[in-house]
Amino acid sequence: MMSHRFHFPERGLGLLLMLPQLLITVIFFVWPAGQALWESTRLQDAFGLSSTFVGLDNFASLFRDPLYLQTVRTTLLFSVLVASLGLLVALLLAVMANRVVRASAFYRTILILPYAVAPSIAAVLWLFLFSPGLGWISYLLAQCGIDWNHVLNGGQALTLVVLASTWKQISYNFLFFLAALQAIPTSLLEAAAIDGASPLRRFRDIVFPLLSPTSFFLLVVNLVYAFFDTFAVIDAATGGGPGKSTETLIFKVYSEGFKGLDLGSSAAQSVILMLLVGALTLVQFRYVERKVQY
Amino acid sequence: MIENRKGLDGLSHLVLIAGMVLVAFPLYLMLITASYDANSALPTPVPLLPGGHFFANLGQVLTGEGGAVSWPFWKILGNSLAMAVSIALGKMLISLLSAFAIVYFRFPLRNAGFVLIFATLMLPVEVRIFPTVAVITDLGMINSFAGLTLPLIASATSTFLLRQSLLSLPRELAEAARVDGAGPLRFLWDIVLPVIRTTLAALFVINFVYGWNQYLWPLLVLRDASLSTTLMAIKSMMGEGAVKWPLVMAGATLTLLPPLLVVLGMQRWFVKGLVDSEK
Amino acid sequence: MLFTFATRRLVTAVALTALAPLAGATTDLQFWHSMDGSLGERVNAIANQFNASQKEYKIIPVYKGNYDESLSAAIAASRSGTAPHIVQVFEVGTATMMQAGKAIKPVSQVMKEAGEVLDEKMFIPAIAGYYSDSKTGHLVSMPFNSSTPVLYYNKDAFKKAGLNPDQPPRSWQELAAAAAKLKASGMSCGYTTGWQGWVLLENFSTWHNLPYASLDNGFGGTGAVLQFNSPLHVKHIEFLAKMAKDGTFTYAGRKDEATPRFYSGECGIMTGSSGSLANIRKNARFDYGIGMMPYYPDVKGAPQNAIIGGASLWVMGGKSQAEYKGVARFLKRVATPAVAAEWHQNTGYLPVTVAAFDLSRKQGFYEKNPGSDVAARQMLNKPPKSYTRGLRLGYMPQIRTVVDEELESVWAGKQTPRAALDTAVSRGNELLRRFEKTAH
Repeated sequence: MMSHRFHFPERGLGLLLMLPQLLITVIFFVWPAGQALWESTRLQDAFGLSSTFVGLDNFASLFRDPLYLQTVRTTLLFSVLVASLGLLVALLLAVMANRVVRASAFYRTILILPYAVAPSIAAVLWLFLFSPGLGWISYLLAQCGIDWNHVLNGGQALTLVVLASTWKQISYNFLFFLAALQAIPTSLLEAAAIDGASPLRRFRDIVFPLLSPTSFFLLVVNLVYAFFDTFAVIDAATGGGPGKSTETLIFKVYSEGFKGLDLGSSAAQSVILMLLVGALTLVQFRYVERKVQY
Repeated sequence: MIENRKGLDGLSHLVLIAGMVLVAFPLYLMLITASYDANSALPTPVPLLPGGHFFANLGQVLTGEGGAVSWPFWKILGNSLAMAVSIALGKMLISLLSAFAIVYFRFPLRNAGFVLIFATLMLPVEVRIFPTVAVITDLGMINSFAGLTLPLIASATSTFLLRQSLLSLPRELAEAARVDGAGPLRFLWDIVLPVIRTTLAALFVINFVYGWNQYLWPLLVLRDASLSTTLMAIKSMMGEGAVKWPLVMAGATLTLLPPLLVVLGMQRWFVKGLVDSEK
Repeated sequence: MLFTFATRRLVTAVALTALAPLAGATTDLQFWHSMDGSLGERVNAIANQFNASQKEYKIIPVYKGNYDESLSAAIAASRSGTAPHIVQVFEVGTATMMQAGKAIKPVSQVMKEAGEVLDEKMFIPAIAGYYSDSKTGHLVSMPFNSSTPVLYYNKDAFKKAGLNPDQPPRSWQELAAAAAKLKASGMSCGYTTGWQGWVLLENFSTWHNLPYASLDNGFGGTGAVLQFNSPLHVKHIEFLAKMAKDGTFTYAGRKDEATPRFYSGECGIMTGSSGSLANIRKNARFDYGIGMMPYYPDVKGAPQNAIIGGASLWVMGGKSQAEYKGVARFLKRVATPAVAAEWHQNTGYLPVTVAAFDLSRKQGFYEKNPGSDVAARQMLNKPPKSYTRGLRLGYMPQIRTVVDEELESVWAGKQTPRAALDTAVSRGNELLRRFEKTAH
């Protein structure tokens, strides 16, 4: 594949240059992953004084637990909402930004601001907007007769964390869509316009198919973001509540291991998540390799 | 523009303005809220025009006066900065070296190493968080700056992006260097680095923001308040009891400033780099 | 440029961490706690006074985040052999700490080996009982900050609603009636509570002479089974669910979110920790009163006694004899009447010793601060029964979360009180069985 490339003859140096990255990967990735696998088969007290082998018990009790399955469902719902909402809004904005000439740099600058915002700060900002009695959104909702109380209402709590998570991710999606749109040859669209295709049809028949690789890439990235990076949003905004209505898998790993001090179960959950990400990575890898290599 | 439809243009601007408001409103309210007196009740809902306490609040959060924060922001901003810069530069350094090795050398384990590195691409530290904490503990690196940053500098994304950059360089470049008698490291330093500097700049932005925004990892690894980061401070300000929103928002403003400046200051390269990483 | 800087930066980072702190002439003793804000300042003051009183030891108080965080940090440190000397652990972590074997050292043993005389009888029995080994009867950890739930009410709002501002509601029925009147007078929130699991179920149980779990709430062994789904518990939650439905009870959140809603004047009545008093005192712009926790007068034996929340000080294992000597001296000082009384008066936490209570009384503290003795009076209301001493249940922090989740579904009208309590009990029991397996 890369045989047409130039190669320096110093083989040892090559290995040496790769070594730091390899070492870090092995020490901080392979080792912990192995450790998780090991701990997931054991039952330990918090202090690690006693540890018994329990086989796959930790996994079995997770899958027996209807609440774990509920958390799986919550995670899926949350992730699909975050990914689809984030992609749709970003796509809409990107299409519009691609149309306009005037002030486009200004729009872009404002729209990438959330990229710099940490997820936990995003949560704080949205929490404030929705905080009963203080926030503008809860105030406006109250004017419309909607009583906002995300501390008690699970649906509202989920809405809150979805909005905060999506808001933060719009910048990223927007930039990718905009770049993809700008890469579409104008001649193609002009030809279609001459043929009398309306803007909407041009978008459906030409632009959208050309965007699909980007969309797919973004979908995977957004799903991974929703699975993991949103931990901070949920921790800061709802703490998983009320009930378990905003508890995602990664949040559960944390609360079980950190607050609950139940390392066996937490490790088993980590292993499940790793498998999940492994699958997503594989999909992504195939896609990237195809795109990159040829 | 293919056709000039006034109506469509107007609509586009309308949508973009709506999007801008959606994006900017929470940030605007942050600044407004930070400008109200922290010791009296906030007017409800928060006014849309600023009050007069902005700098007083910033000062209070920065110095930690009156127990506003358990650790003054001017100290922990330094911690966050050190963490973000170390992670960003660390990622770039080891990624550059390994990408260079992958592209310009043939050696045993090259493919295996490449796959291994790639495997970390999507596995965020959160997934294996407790085992990683355990490893850090075993290595005696808990509550240390090295423990905080080293595990986060493995970066498949950067390696990948740099590999793409290097692959796009013409073959003749290296051959010419070889003819001139330049060794691989000299070639990397004198020729490659200047050529890929935009990519490096973009990587710096991406990785700086990544490092700055770390939340769960510092929470678990750090013990001393003196090492804590601004996001940890905000979390503790949001803790039980009455939240002093003006101070929280002042803290949030301070926390946002560095990554925002980096992103806006390097916007051009950052946008290019971010988008290139997908290609 | 970037390159060399990166290298240098990394090298510096690694080198810096390699430098170990230099040992001083005095023995440093690490004390990890979860007291933030003004409470943290009080802790620092206690440490400073101790440090100034002698030259051999230096207590270094370190704020380690909230209770969950500091416990987690202490456990991680213990696993890596870098535990602090003293850790403040919340009451629900007691069972976990007691199972910690060599990782901890019981306070009574620390004292004995250091040659310090600590009269364990000087502690208020209900507090000492919570932190004593049920087999030996000796203290395993040092009582420090203890609170009980009390009732706070807004006297101005009571007046406005036509209620007697000098008479806090005594029973739950009176509370409901008062909350309804407050609402009718234009308040948006009649009654709210902080720490619902602790207030509405744990303390409700002992206050009404009911067990929370079998085997004396876990004091009798790790085989305990949760029992907070009795008919009376269900009736109580039904009562509150009805209040939630008609809007007289407003749910504020799992922790202390209720306190700001009370002192901002939004809610007229609140049940919450006596430790919230300092915050209320500082922020409330109205006249407020403190009452005992309400009860159901038709329940036999009620009110019995309240149980404590808060935290105690644990001594970690694996330290030198000399270090333990310093720890013993410090802990002894914490329990002296002067120090304990000052802590109690400044914070709203309970006096942990009888002497501190007496001293505060002699100093006229309770006359000057009406209501500040309610917390203590509730606890001493009647001599505790075997099942009203406290709780000693494993994975208790998680059980609290389970209770929070299930109660939230009741307040939201998604589940009946009976179903919610049954589910909470069975989920909690599963946790207890899991904990039992890790116990040794």
